[in-house]
Amino acid sequence: MSGRVFLFGNDIDTDQLAPGQYMKGGIDMLAAHCLEAARPDFASTVKPGDVVVAGTNFGVGSSREQAAEALKHLGVAAVIARSFAGIFYRNAINLGLPVLIANDLGQVEDGDTVDLDLDAGELRLATKDRTIKLEPLPDNLKRMLADGGLVPHLKKRFAEERKRETGQ
Amino acid sequence: MMASTLARKIIARAAGRKSVTPGEVVTAKVDLAMIHDSGGPRRVEPILNDLGVGLWDREKVVLISDHFVPGDTDEGARILELTRQWAKNRKVAFHDGEGICHVVLPERGHLKPGMFVVGGDSHSPTGGAFGAYMFGIGATEMAGVLATGEIWIKVPGTILIEWQNRLADGVTAKDIMLALCGKLGMDGGRYQAVEYTGKAIAALSMQERMTLSNMAAELGAQAGLIAPDATTAAFLRDTGQNAADWSDLHTDSGAELLAHHVFDAATLSPQVAAPHSPANSGPVEDAPETPVDVAYIGACTGAKYEDLRRAAAILRGRKVASGVDLQVAPSSRQDQDRAEAEGIMKVFEDAGAKILPNACGICAGYGTNRLGEDVTCISSTARNFKGRMGAASSKVWLGSPLTVAASAVAGKIADPRDFLSDAGEAS
Ligand code: SF4
Repeated sequence: MSGRVFLFGNDIDTDQLAPGQYMKGGIDMLAAHCLEAARPDFASTVKPGDVVVAGTNFGVGSSREQAAEALKHLGVAAVIARSFAGIFYRNAINLGLPVLIANDLGQVEDGDTVDLDLDAGELRLATKDRTIKLEPLPDNLKRMLADGGLVPHLKKRFAEERKRETGQ
Repeated sequence: MMASTLARKIIARAAGRKSVTPGEVVTAKVDLAMIHDSGGPRRVEPILNDLGVGLWDREKVVLISDHFVPGDTDEGARILELTRQWAKNRKVAFHDGEGICHVVLPERGHLKPGMFVVGGDSHSPTGGAFGAYMFGIGATEMAGVLATGEIWIKVPGTILIEWQNRLADGVTAKDIMLALCGKLGMDGGRYQAVEYTGKAIAALSMQERMTLSNMAAELGAQAGLIAPDATTAAFLRDTGQNAADWSDLHTDSGAELLAHHVFDAATLSPQVAAPHSPANSGPVEDAPETPVDVAYIGACTGAKYEDLRRAAAILRGRKVASGVDLQVAPSSRQDQDRAEAEGIMKVFEDAGAKILPNACGICAGYGTNRLGEDVTCISSTARNFKGRMGAASSKVWLGSPLTVAASAVAGKIADPRDFLSDAGEAS
């Protein structure tokens, strides 16, 4: 999948991702204000397939699931960071938003066009002929992400189980 | 066998593996799932319905009502009714109005060392005091656990926190935690496993240890463990459980650690944390002169039997300062009954305290007692985020139950050591 890089620094917190004052407005409203403190034009310019790249401790702060949900709602294909806050990481995977760790972000720049290959665990910088290695995800999490998160993943699993039972 | 940590040993067992490595993701089988009225039935049932399945094992689910008890608002009453219906339909163990979940769970014998447990509440690390790996998850994940009995976990590293020597009189586990929040910060735990160790920890009772594990949440850790020992065994015997063989349930010497912090318990002062973060902590003697309107002895962190007993030692023969509203919400009915039998509840009443139900009360910001505009409160709870306990303009200071009791008498934030009798406070 091809998209554009939106580059952020360290310690992007859940209040920047899902600002507290818009929590009552629902996910549309939250997504419209996602990351505006760091970058006012983010929500209005990000397109499905684009990639958020950041430094350390991405998603630090509260346990609110909306922080990951807002990014997913905007169509962000993945967040790639040097490290993630633990609860945000859990929430993101369970909601079906790929989060990947890259130890070396090399020469990624804001606005770069990239190809994200989740299977190969690579982010390819189209114009620079460079590839960034992503820490591989275990198969069980890969499957959960491919299914769209925990609930759709379980739905699929239970449907398959039922089919197997009735089929025999 | 490679040296391993307590956290890794428990997770490896739950994942059906010989050993696990920090950073790897494994799927583990859950030994027990605890839910409460707020994050429980009303949130998980719609997801279970959507999935079209029931509980994976109703005998491994414990439901406890505490957040909306006593149901003194329309919404609270409705949620409690729904909770009770669900307990009946789903046939799970249900403790209704018996106290706060983190205190009731071990008190009723549900926790054992070595268990792998999830709780639908952020203070679920409390179970770590019993040598169980217990952590908090959200409602969606809980529904997943209730449906399958499984959860994925990224194996944590261990941050060892050692407290040497003994705490002085008037200084408690709560003071240790406020000091740690200040020193390490609210993300000092990095969502890894914290493990408490050292002479000062070994000397603590189970209820004091529970406060340490509980507030691992304020350190941003996933779990807050204490290796089981004779104190753990005695507690379990008292709650009707068999002592099993836990000789392997500890962190081996030489096991790889993320960090090892060492502190001196003997020189620790009682701590208070200024509004609006537990990390705004410092010695009580350095706090600015702060008159208080409300003094709150409550919550899973701060109103267990032992908290009550030690706070009462300060209040005995004294009166709450005029203009101060001292509220006491014992963490569980059992703890309150015990305090009652020993004359401790009478001390609170004689001092002029208001006794509230065995529930989360204003710690969760629910009910009719919420703090009003501009109220200043000193509280034995775990967190003092803006607006959590009432109006956004209210200001909450955190301290130990002893510090709250001393402040109630003084009418302003006070050092509990100034109120200890010559005989000591019989800790
Ligand atoms: S008493 Fe407070 S901290 Fe404890 S479970 Fe209830 S709301 Fe949470």
